[in-house]
Amino acid sequence: MTDLAFLLNGTPVRLTGVDPTRTLLQYLREDRHLTGTKEGCNEGDCGACTVIVSDETGSRALNSCILFLPQLHGKSVRSIEGISGPEGQMHPVQQAMVDCHGSQCGFCTPGFIASMAVGHLQGRHDHDVVLAGNLCRCTGYAPIIRAAEAAALQPVPDWMRDDPDFICSKISSGDISAGDGGQTAPGDAGPQSIASPAIASPAIAPNAYRPETADQLAAWYAANPDATLVAGATDVGLWVTKQLRPLPKLAFLNGIRDLQRIETTGDVIRIGAGVTLTDLRAAMTGPHPALAEMLTRYASEQVRNAATIGGNIANGSPIGDGPPALIALGARLHLRRGDARREIALEDFFIEYRKQDRLPGEFVEAVTIPASAPGLRVWKLSKRFDQDISAVLGAFNIEVAGDRIAGGRITRARIAFGGMAGIPKRASAMEAALEGQPFTEASFRAAKAAAAQDFQPMSDMRASAAYRLEAAGNLALRYFHEASGDVVSVLGMRA
Amino acid sequence: MSIGKSIPHDAAPLHVTGQARYTDDIPLPGDALHLAFGLSTCAHGAITAMDLSAVRAAPGVVAVYAHGDWHEMPDCSPSLGDEPLLATGEVHFLGQPVFLVVADSHLAARKAARLGKISYDERPALLTVEAALAANSRFEQGPVIWSRGDAAAAIAAAPHVIEADFDVGGQEHFYLEGQIAAALPQEGGDMVIYASTQHPTEIQHKVAHALHLPMSAVRVETRRMGGGFGGKESQGNHLAIACAMAAHDLGRPCKMRYDRDDDMVITGKRHDLKIRYRAGFDTTGRILGVEFQHLLRCGWAQDLSLPVADRAMLHADNAYFLENVRIESHRLRTHTQSNTAYRGFGGPQGVVGIERVVDHVAHVLKLDPVTVRRRNFYAEMAEGVAGASTAEGRLSAPHGAPGTPPEDIFKQVRMGGIRAENPGTGHRYGGPHSPKALVQTTHYGMPVEDFILRALLDDLEASSDYTARRAEIARWNAGSPILKRGIALTPVKFGISFTLTWLNQAGALVHVYQDGSIRLNHGGTEMGQGLFLKVAQVAASVFGVDVSAVKITATDTAKVPNTSATAASSGSDLNGMAAQAACLTIRGRIADFLAEKHGVAAESVRFEDGVVKVAGEAFAFAQVAAWAYQARISLSATGFYATPKIRWDRVKGQGRPFLYFAYGAAVTEVVIDTLTGENRILRTDILHDTGSSLNPAIDIGQVEGAYVQGAGWLTTEELVWDGKGRLMTHAPSTYKIPACSDRPEVFNVALWNRANREDSVGKSKAVGEPPFMLGISALMALSDAVAACGDGSVYPALDAPATAERVLWAVQRQRGHV
Repeated sequence: MTDLAFLLNGTPVRLTGVDPTRTLLQYLREDRHLTGTKEGCNEGDCGACTVIVSDETGSRALNSCILFLPQLHGKSVRSIEGISGPEGQMHPVQQAMVDCHGSQCGFCTPGFIASMAVGHLQGRHDHDVVLAGNLCRCTGYAPIIRAAEAAALQPVPDWMRDDPDFICSKISSGDISAGDGGQTAPGDAGPQSIASPAIASPAIAPNAYRPETADQLAAWYAANPDATLVAGATDVGLWVTKQLRPLPKLAFLNGIRDLQRIETTGDVIRIGAGVTLTDLRAAMTGPHPALAEMLTRYASEQVRNAATIGGNIANGSPIGDGPPALIALGARLHLRRGDARREIALEDFFIEYRKQDRLPGEFVEAVTIPASAPGLRVWKLSKRFDQDISAVLGAFNIEVAGDRIAGGRITRARIAFGGMAGIPKRASAMEAALEGQPFTEASFRAAKAAAAQDFQPMSDMRASAAYRLEAAGNLALRYFHEASGDVVSVLGMRA
Repeated sequence: MSIGKSIPHDAAPLHVTGQARYTDDIPLPGDALHLAFGLSTCAHGAITAMDLSAVRAAPGVVAVYAHGDWHEMPDCSPSLGDEPLLATGEVHFLGQPVFLVVADSHLAARKAARLGKISYDERPALLTVEAALAANSRFEQGPVIWSRGDAAAAIAAAPHVIEADFDVGGQEHFYLEGQIAAALPQEGGDMVIYASTQHPTEIQHKVAHALHLPMSAVRVETRRMGGGFGGKESQGNHLAIACAMAAHDLGRPCKMRYDRDDDMVITGKRHDLKIRYRAGFDTTGRILGVEFQHLLRCGWAQDLSLPVADRAMLHADNAYFLENVRIESHRLRTHTQSNTAYRGFGGPQGVVGIERVVDHVAHVLKLDPVTVRRRNFYAEMAEGVAGASTAEGRLSAPHGAPGTPPEDIFKQVRMGGIRAENPGTGHRYGGPHSPKALVQTTHYGMPVEDFILRALLDDLEASSDYTARRAEIARWNAGSPILKRGIALTPVKFGISFTLTWLNQAGALVHVYQDGSIRLNHGGTEMGQGLFLKVAQVAASVFGVDVSAVKITATDTAKVPNTSATAASSGSDLNGMAAQAACLTIRGRIADFLAEKHGVAAESVRFEDGVVKVAGEAFAFAQVAAWAYQARISLSATGFYATPKIRWDRVKGQGRPFLYFAYGAAVTEVVIDTLTGENRILRTDILHDTGSSLNPAIDIGQVEGAYVQGAGWLTTEELVWDGKGRLMTHAPSTYKIPACSDRPEVFNVALWNRANREDSVGKSKAVGEPPFMLGISALMALSDAVAACGDGSVYPALDAPATAERVLWAVQRQRGHV
């Protein structure tokens, strides 16, 4: 019985009896001796382990160090060894990296190549965004960007055009020749055991489950409330690779398509819990550009490609970037346990540090937000702009009657912060200081002064308590100044 | 000639396809074992009990070692012998290896290493330089003090005096490839080591010492590192020694690599320090006297801290002639990681001190800091004095008037800070017709014979449009209440040579095979800097063949013995010369053979364009190699190089520690947000001196990378320890090196590209470290932007790294709320 199957560099792989927390990186390097993919940090922060994973929804760059093998089921994986052409031709990004002197020590390079190849495939020109999750310590990045720009002028090579139907049929049909040279891995079940129903079976191993519908998850999780739910594994991955925590019972959620939908009904947007941050960011550019802009700085491309909004919420981190923004939007959270569903205000989900209003066996099914909030601004303060965790994340949703700068009055203020308390938290005193007040600097100064009533933040390696409080209050002033037409973000500056 | 060409890195096609092999990629025999350290959870204390039973019982564990399990505890120190591989009764920092696990997989070893139960009698830990100073906890007996003139008197007599101190943080190397080594036991007890190290000979030496073997019984091979930056000069010793000990005991190959968090918790970093300064200056900005106190946090063991601290003192002048100067250097022993070599090796810490003083002086006088910098520069060389190079036309001066001495140079002569070199005395750079040359000396007595920064600044100020942009920024700032921009130009002068004089040597081994292919080996290591390619370019040039004819091979202590670390930017200077010598020996033999055969003078035999030309005929190099082989000519040779001219008395702080100086300058423009302190680099322009570049593309890559790394050191890269000595920033999730979008969006880098006046390989200059200090311009630009928030009465006094938080507080000081 094959537990899971995927394509690796074009060749089907069928595995049985794998440890469900074995990472793709471990598998590539240790089991397959495909050592081109590197381990730099083992926590998804450096990108040296980046690989390309494709399915019917497209291709994306993912960190293989925090990608568990069951998450690959039914997908196509390209490691660095699979990016060159079948005759060994260099991919345009590879050739450009050579020509532009984009590698020095070369250790980060395979990860860069993987990210660049995806960007190239997608026709991207926002290279800084594409490569935000790849750290290089040698080059200072300039030659890498030159290479990305040069490669962008070249067409996508034929061999990179993974046909999704082809992927699925190749995996499920068992249409591979036996003994295809060196591709048999330890634990490989062999081609003769491959059959479509086995692949579709949600059981991966006795202790791991891979539901394909929300109903399957609901039934199984209600019966197995002690299990750990793995969506994108961008946090759970670290429980395994860093904390070395045993996870005896797991459900992998990335195959649940019906949790991955974003639907707009009237003036409400319903976001399925399984929607990745990448897809959320794309969907928000129209209705909530301020949220989309912040999401561009949510971790990195690789992390956004794996992480889900449901995971970001259910994780309960006080420094997750999604919840404060969603709270400011007035988000409602949809929870499900078995067939029982309930809906709560998102801010009510967060009770105290790492404690949420979630029953055993209950999971986040969706979050709903209003389709319009023109007064929304979301700002993230961190030590580094990209691929960093917030020191402070401030979200302001302010409605004004009349003109903003000419005598308007603030009718409603929803303000929430991350990084300021043990939970993502609304700033009710700041809100009260603004509501009913004229849209003036004085009102926002009053809101700043009220921040100390809302928050007693802590000091840590990201920022001191004093900085957090001062900067959080100052973000209120930034709101006013931006509305007044001042340039307020260093990110908008050009030399 | 392959020298001077922008050839891509030799391994680039391997890098981009994942075929470049790093230590962890080397296939080991199937019975190989994997190692992990169990670490101290206490910064300072005596071990009172250690229960490792759960470790031994963990799945996959083959052996566990701790204090007492070996006849003697091996030492890992590169200097004092004060670093036992595993703690011997006492722990000195949080993260110190206490026991060693050997298991059948990397993961099994890591898991087991968490299961040790160790009790400590905790003792007070000295975590800061202030605490260590108060406790007189230090290396060496007392502070090292070097001085010239009478700084105190000069300051007392000066019209203006400033006095301040500031903190400069350390820096994690963050090589993308973590520390790793593997040991393969051989017959008769010999040991082969694969290691990611900048210093294979040191690994060989320490492993031999640990195993009580002669060095000849240990072979160390290093093909490449995934980054080093100084962090693999001594910090890899522990892994190689641990592997060797276990491999020796168990008779099986052993491999050890640190998980990233372990790497950051265990290994040393750039020395952080507090710099106290007091300076007296006149109304033009000339510094009349300056005193520095360097309080360096060395960590728990000596490692390389003494020469690092020395180099900080040696660079306390940077580009400025300091008539009256006193530098007091405290090398403080703390209960933290043992700080170590990091690109610049103390130089950046010295340079940032004087650049801070200059910035402060300019602020007081309300002058453009560039004006103050120029007022304090060393004297430019008189044109005729640069004799050797001018003769080649490579240092002839299209830039301004380098022969013009500063206006007060005669005063400097009176003050005794200038050495007069008389023509005709045999001094090699005083040509018979050169005017009397006035050469200023550094505070340690080295003549500054090659000062080029005035002309270099002329070029850079023009190409970067510095003056106009500075004015435009001031105008823009006046109309921008929230964001403020800043701009700064800082120079660097960096001394090239190891200050431990005997390290300035290198060897090479070159073989020419009968098919004309060439195999090159030398003592330098490849960490991405393009050393192997540069040396291959040198070799190819000697034989007149394409660089592709030269096979580049792994560094191997069995091929070239007694090598120095690839460090101090010296790699191509030393190994290029050694390889050149070896190639010239072989070429000479071939030329003699052909000359005799054809009855011509050996000097007339030419090696160029892939052929050998003799007596009007041209033969393929391969053909000539085959003939020479058949004629029983030796086609293998070693080469050796020892840097000339240098002499250094580190106790007195006097001599000529460096063969030459490398120069450069950068203009950085930044923007800050006065509400949050967020800041960005908007544009950087660099002009850097690499002599006659061996490979301009490689050199520009070094400059770009060094700048970004230097700017990272002073902006986002913040190391934070808690009150117990626990490093809180032990992974890239919390320690933030520059990411892609942090590079300057406008980033113009050019090479000065004029010949080194010294007889270096191809007249090039070392490039690894000097441009790192160009990142200081980012800190000074932030200082400029912060100053724009005030009325000029308060100096910004930014500590480093200038995180958003520090910038915000500095802005608030400008505005009167502290």
